[in-house]
Amino acid sequence: MFGIYIQRRKVIRAYFLRRLVYSAITLFVLATTIFGLVRLTGDPAILLTPEGATELERVQIREDLGLNDALPVQFARFIREVVTLDFGTSFHLGQSVTSVYFDRLPNSILLVTVAMAFSLALGIPAGIISAVYNGRWMDFAAKGLALTGMSIPGFVMALTMMFFFSVKFSWLPTFGIGTWKHLVMPGIALGWYFAASTLRLVRSTMLDVLSSDYVKLARLKGMTEQRVIMRHAFANVLIPLISLTGVNFVVMINAATIVEVIFVWPGLGSLLLEAVGERDFPLVQGIVVMSGTLIIITNFLIDLFYAWVDPRIRLTR
Amino acid sequence: MTREILKVKDLATHYTGFGGSRVVKAVDEVSFSLEEGQTIGIVGESGCGKTTLCLSLVRLLAPGAQIVGGSIELNGRDILKLSQKEMVEVRGKEIAMILQDPMTSLNPVINIETQVGEAAFKHRGLRSSTLRERVRQLLEAVRIPSPDVRMQEFPHQMSGGMRQRIAGAVALSGEPGIIIADEPTTSLDVTIQAQYLDLLRRLQKDTGVGLIFVTHDLGIVAKMCDDVIVMYAGKTVEKGSVREIFNNPNHPYTSALIRSVPKLGSKDPLYRIEGQPPDLSNLPQGCSFASRCAIADDHCFEHEPPLIEVGPRRLAACWKIEENAASKEQA
Ligand SMILES: Nc1ncnc2c1ncn2[C@@H]1O[C@H](COP(=O)(O)OP(=O)(O)OP(=O)(O)O)[C@@H](O)[C@H]1O
Ligand code: SF4
Ligand SMILES: [Mg+2]
Repeated sequence: MFGIYIQRRKVIRAYFLRRLVYSAITLFVLATTIFGLVRLTGDPAILLTPEGATELERVQIREDLGLNDALPVQFARFIREVVTLDFGTSFHLGQSVTSVYFDRLPNSILLVTVAMAFSLALGIPAGIISAVYNGRWMDFAAKGLALTGMSIPGFVMALTMMFFFSVKFSWLPTFGIGTWKHLVMPGIALGWYFAASTLRLVRSTMLDVLSSDYVKLARLKGMTEQRVIMRHAFANVLIPLISLTGVNFVVMINAATIVEVIFVWPGLGSLLLEAVGERDFPLVQGIVVMSGTLIIITNFLIDLFYAWVDPRIRLTR
Repeated sequence: MTREILKVKDLATHYTGFGGSRVVKAVDEVSFSLEEGQTIGIVGESGCGKTTLCLSLVRLLAPGAQIVGGSIELNGRDILKLSQKEMVEVRGKEIAMILQDPMTSLNPVINIETQVGEAAFKHRGLRSSTLRERVRQLLEAVRIPSPDVRMQEFPHQMSGGMRQRIAGAVALSGEPGIIIADEPTTSLDVTIQAQYLDLLRRLQKDTGVGLIFVTHDLGIVAKMCDDVIVMYAGKTVEKGSVREIFNNPNHPYTSALIRSVPKLGSKDPLYRIEGQPPDLSNLPQGCSFASRCAIADDHCFEHEPPLIEVGPRRLAACWKIEENAASKEQA
């Protein structure tokens, strides 16, 4: 009996170790790629010197920024930065990259959390209703919603909302950050597409599950429709839903950039865009590596949650 | 005489598709009754309407299917007059069902304890330790080893045979008077199948539950049932006690089914009934078995034989009952 538990502890430890190694490899590949890519964008010295500066001034700047060192030297320095999570000083802001990053991070988390909550709060119930009332008007309404969500680009959505809610009725501030009102439009603009994708997944999985034998058996036992749908059916929808949400989360972080720019939301997306534009190598590298790390950690948490929900997965993969 | 718990009269269930232009008469005027502790067998080829009949009895038909006539009297009242809301109090409590495929009929993400205990919780008001004790008893009754450990586990940790036994425990959980078993052993291998049938019989003896046993295998019927209904193309073609039906089948289809039961030790090739059953949405005029019947004549192709009493509690639907009986005697 106890043998089983010892066995399981071993399996779990092996699983964690394997994940750790994979994560380290992923991060290394990511870091190397961004190190190379950012150097393809051009010479930062041109942007950092005033117009009409002499070549000598530029050389001096490159020397100061360490850009004259051989690439392997720069790379070694960068790897040390990655390991110590200290990415040096931003070229154009003059502040420590880490402190700029952690100043902006809460704003990004807030936006993505609100958008994710909105997409799930809309997508899950709408998906369930659409499946349960398959073929009736509520289903058509939900499918219409899904279609607009999938086909209207986020920025069109954003500008339309701005026009109505800010310009026409002045209910909501056009841009910036501060109150909950500032979050409404960016949250919806970012979450809209993901609400639609959640709805579609919930609907199709729910339809499959509702026609399964085990749902039939639940009804045969005399369970109420409510229990059949929420306990017996939805528990099975949860598994693919968690997978999708994990993927959506990463896609959403990327999609947030456009929304941040439109609504002048001081998050990491707009910071990254700015950093790329300024050829601010340390800032770009720092944002990419730190965000990559956070995504890896989040994915790991999602997998743990997944294994907890689905008894068939016991962390053996 | 024991108490009659179920009385089905002229039950008809149709599937309508394509805006009503196609009507599948899956169950057509079927009547039978079931007493406490009795086992009734329903036999017939694939597609003859057995599952549709079962699902009609619990009123859980697929969308598109409709009970278009007859009555189902369960414990003295016609359940066709109940609303779906009221049916929730009937299913699992008065009548339960075991489905065909044990691999798909248990929920993969809910543990065995919950799945077995649900009906006892809902219909018998059992809670906490009493409920757990009941689940343990049920699992013991269906021969699940170390039930205390097993009830914390999930279906994927069980073999097919175990799952089907658990499905039996699920059915017993609400202490119903009737259990419908829709081909419960078709997907089990022969040894497990025999064990399962023994188990069902023993459970029935212990609990006095009435059993409706659906199968396409007359061999199983001989082992399990008191009475048999032979179905063909949605209709009852013959009905009677197991002994009489085996010894003296009145309908050519029944005779053919008996001949297709493999005999122990026999080296003869297995008998197969030639041809296909008719399309239930486009039934031929006359006897629906005529195209496959060796003794059919013109009269059979033009007129449908009525289901008539051919003996005490014995029914058959064939124009040539006498002839068929005679031809058997010769053989
Ligand atoms: N959902 C449905 N829609 C339309 N027709 C159906 C549906 N389900 C079953 N039928 C038809 O009703 C008839 C009876 O089907 P049923 O499943 O009751 O047969 P069965 O005797 O249980 O067969 P099997 O032994 O294969 O389980 C078949 O002709 C089938 O094609
Ligand atoms: S009625 Fe005629 S065709 Fe039908 S089973 Fe009897 S003999 Fe055969
Ligand atoms: Mg069937």
